[in-house]
Amino acid sequence: MSRIDVREAITRAHYDEWARVVAALTRRFGDLDIAEEAAAEAFATAVERWLADGVPPNPGAWLTTTANRKAIDRIRRESKRDDKQKQALMLDDDDPPERPGAIDDDRLRLIFTCCHPALAMETRVALTLRMIGGLTVPEIARAFLVQETAMGRRITRAKAKIKAARIPYRVPSAHDLPARVSGVLAVLFLVFNEGYLATGPDTEPVRHDLTAEAIRLTRLIRALMPEDGEVTGLLALMLLTEARRTARVSASGELVTLDEQDRGAWDTALVAEGHQLVRQRLATGVAPGRYQILAAINAVHTSAHDMRDTDWSQVLALYDQLVQLDPSPIVALNRAIAVAELDGPEVALAAVDRLGDKLAGYHAYHATRADLLRRLGRNQESGAAYDQAIELAGNTAEIAYLTRRRDQLGSAQTPRRPNGGSPESFD
Amino acid sequence: MQYLVSVIDDGAGSATPTEDAAIDVFNDRLVAEGHWVFAGGLASPSSATVIDNRGGEAIFTDGPFLESKEYLAGFWIMEAPDLDVALELAAEGSKACNRKVEVRPFQ
Repeated sequence: MSRIDVREAITRAHYDEWARVVAALTRRFGDLDIAEEAAAEAFATAVERWLADGVPPNPGAWLTTTANRKAIDRIRRESKRDDKQKQALMLDDDDPPERPGAIDDDRLRLIFTCCHPALAMETRVALTLRMIGGLTVPEIARAFLVQETAMGRRITRAKAKIKAARIPYRVPSAHDLPARVSGVLAVLFLVFNEGYLATGPDTEPVRHDLTAEAIRLTRLIRALMPEDGEVTGLLALMLLTEARRTARVSASGELVTLDEQDRGAWDTALVAEGHQLVRQRLATGVAPGRYQILAAINAVHTSAHDMRDTDWSQVLALYDQLVQLDPSPIVALNRAIAVAELDGPEVALAAVDRLGDKLAGYHAYHATRADLLRRLGRNQESGAAYDQAIELAGNTAEIAYLTRRRDQLGSAQTPRRPNGGSPESFD
Repeated sequence: MQYLVSVIDDGAGSATPTEDAAIDVFNDRLVAEGHWVFAGGLASPSSATVIDNRGGEAIFTDGPFLESKEYLAGFWIMEAPDLDVALELAAEGSKACNRKVEVRPFQ
């Protein structure tokens, strides 16, 4: 077997098996730190052994067994462990690998531990990417523009807190489950959004590595909790957003808004999968949560062949439903964009202006105002709003787009189609 | 596993009779369910004395070691199998005593 084949087998195994190995070891040894280190050592050993001996028939089992041995070696080395505990662990030395079903449950346990509400949000994100996603500390540090040492400390502190405070390793009780699942989804949505609207002057405008990782983890959670409507909703939302990724940034690195996107460049397979998931949730007849409604809004957008074909009354009806669940000003802002298409920019501007107190620091508020003012021919006010939006925006493609729009205000004739205003109906 | 649940007062002062009654009900639950280890309310921080005997001669200083708007007004020590149970109990305790609480595990 060639070196390239072995490399590919290891990459594949890392992708498929990392979370399984960490989860199985966490359950067995009750210690995230030992599990993480032993899993990393097992993968390092695989690089060596598989090149020499070939890829084993069951890479997952090989990795779990090797990681188990590494963990036991470490526990043996650590003299401070008391003898009784050591002996107990040694007795289990030759345990057969866990049944696949049980290991799947372990991964779910691991996710809930990493996303525990007693941990800070940024810590949950980092731990999830490390323990479930298998990203290295330097990769996570780069993703969030944090120093490697600081990210390493954050993860180390989190593992220490989990151990000292005894954050449990289990799927929460039915009573706590909805709140805890929504905590997990918030972590995944944050990872996705950071990829989708990456911030920072030196960052790529869209970080495909992060959106792909968020989708992969959401797929995993959906496989583990297929009945949860919000998990399916979030996956559909991500797929329908990801489908537009390549059409969303121009060759020159500028954001392309929904109305100007080349819809032929959308990923039809992702759109079809997203639509199928939305239909599946609708068919259950169960009242949708926030992510399911956002997915449905994106399904309406991706069903239209042209901006003019968009069923705006359907979009508005969905936003009305969303406002009931989430009366936040950001939802109200996105709702106003649909209002502009149905009732005109003047009505929408009145609604947007009412949000000024709460959203003055949010670039999309100013970008939306700028666009509505432009459509009303109030160019001077529009220019001022673009200035504020540019100042607050963190995404390079968005800044380029807003700057062009502002600079075009002088040349009054704009034979464009009606513009959706904000970059996307997606908060 | 034992957890210290500190009651943080930010100026409310002594517990009212209603709060005291709610705390009694909560304490009864802790005892009945096997979570009770110890609990107590503290007199105001101004009644504290700080002692430093690291230098061979004990030095007594009037007042709390940290002047702050928020102070420790009382505490529970609870027995719980893990943090989820401790957090659930602490949430009940916070409601009963009508104050913020902090959960911290013993070593």
